[in-house]
Amino acid sequence: MPDAPGLELIRGEIDDAQPGAVLDTGFERGRASLAIAPEHLIAVLTWLRESAGHEYGFLSSLHAADYLPAEPRFAVHYELLNRDRVERIRVKALLADPAANGNEQALPEIDSCVEMFPTAEFQEREVFDFFGIVFKGHPDLRRILLPDDYVGWPQRRDFPVGGEPVTFTYNEKNYG
Amino acid sequence: MAEQLLIEDRTSEVMTVNMGPHHPATHGVLRLVVDLEGEVVRDLKPVIGYVHTGIEKSCEDKSYWKVIPFVERMDYVSFFFQMEAYCGAVERLVGLEIPERAKHLRVIFLELNRIHSHLVWLGTTALDLGAISMLWYCFRERDRILDLFEMATGQRMHTRYFQVGGVIEDIPVGFEKKLREFLTDMPVRVEQYQALLDRNEVFLQRTKNTGIVSRERLLELGVTGPLLRASGEPWDLRKAFDYLAYPKFDFKVPVGTVGDNYDRYRVRVAEMVESVRIVEQALDGLPEGPFIADDRKYVLPPRSELSTSMESLIHHFKLVTEGYRVGPGEMYYAIESPRGELGCFVLADGSAKPARVHFRDPSFVNLQAFKDMSIGSYIADMICSLGMLDPILGGVDR
Repeated sequence: MPDAPGLELIRGEIDDAQPGAVLDTGFERGRASLAIAPEHLIAVLTWLRESAGHEYGFLSSLHAADYLPAEPRFAVHYELLNRDRVERIRVKALLADPAANGNEQALPEIDSCVEMFPTAEFQEREVFDFFGIVFKGHPDLRRILLPDDYVGWPQRRDFPVGGEPVTFTYNEKNYG
Repeated sequence: MAEQLLIEDRTSEVMTVNMGPHHPATHGVLRLVVDLEGEVVRDLKPVIGYVHTGIEKSCEDKSYWKVIPFVERMDYVSFFFQMEAYCGAVERLVGLEIPERAKHLRVIFLELNRIHSHLVWLGTTALDLGAISMLWYCFRERDRILDLFEMATGQRMHTRYFQVGGVIEDIPVGFEKKLREFLTDMPVRVEQYQALLDRNEVFLQRTKNTGIVSRERLLELGVTGPLLRASGEPWDLRKAFDYLAYPKFDFKVPVGTVGDNYDRYRVRVAEMVESVRIVEQALDGLPEGPFIADDRKYVLPPRSELSTSMESLIHHFKLVTEGYRVGPGEMYYAIESPRGELGCFVLADGSAKPARVHFRDPSFVNLQAFKDMSIGSYIADMICSLGMLDPILGGVDR
């Protein structure tokens, strides 16, 4: 992990290259994280991967989290790893919920990083499946674990546990 | 028109075939939509989700300690690894240091579980290739490992042995003797497996030079574990990161040279021997002392204290009813599972239940490499590659 000053140095360098991209830095429990604006995602990931002295070239994991009731509500996490220095850094792209502005069907959008990291293909589909976050430019953005005709985004915090309708109601009708 | 039909080349016709989800060679419920030209695979799409049970969502409704048995059931062959990834992430969130003895005990059970997982893999994959006797030999040793698990934890699988803060119980009397007997036998057994397979003409023809993917491509696809090591990349989180007691132990990281299915087999078999060495060292150096941390805010008090100490009783009651609260924060903790990097992401919002538990499952990520392994090869080699990929569908679908 880069230490806290190291993280601030990275932030300074990204600020020079991409002004306004980094919204915040976090260093807690020995783990470094960068919160970024989603429109700068590809630029920041490219910078972290390409620029000399950083070279976070391996995407360990891509997952999302719902921070309801915080604003912006969603974040897509990119766990980057430099395998030579054995350093991890987390990039969090913060996404507001467009449905909050009245249009209930609107989904948050972010650029896909499949071209840069082919490993993201399944993981972005999984995030889409469970959070309804659309990855622009993904080659095959469909549901992956849930059935294709499923309605709703079950890993969102406002989706109730046990909110699944019962498909087989034979017993209910006859003996209920 | 009729003439055209007659001269049509039937072998170059592309046919889409559905394989699975219920097919013994798919190691669970994996469905493959395969485009075939004759017997050659031209395109392949894995369709997954048949055993998706929403474990990650269910975890959000359970207090932290109740999540442990849930996550064990994701990748049902490497349950100790699932527990370690989750417990380790929560321990790092609350800043709980676990005692040395617990670290050693965890290593012992993790490495036994690695051997167990590789035995299941070897038995079933050899079965796919027609070597039925391998299954019986492998499951014979697997049963001895399960007996050891049962002796120490009370359960053969899904043991719920690891707790946040350490392990639930110390190992019983007689366990060490039984474990040492197993450790003496196991390297001999591995030699027997190799004697059966290493110079078996059928096995060699099926595995050598099939399913090759370059090291660079595997890294792009995020593949980790034995698959990556078989292509010559010595990447092992046990060596790279400092977790549990692994830095203390002397063990090698087996790597392949070609990256074909034969190398994948050799790497895993060599890993079993290395795991035996790790367990031996962990057992030899097993320190005396507590097996679970002494922090009453997170760890249940010993049973004997409940009848004498009011304070312990209150702690016990609080821990069992509400559970402990974890301050806001998030943690990604990754360990080397038998299939690669198993990461657990836990988001805490300050309540007694996790706001999100996510597993970066190595089977799920590695499955993306299956297309690269199979395109252009015969359908029989595809079956071999799938076995060597070793996906556990419970982990893929969660």
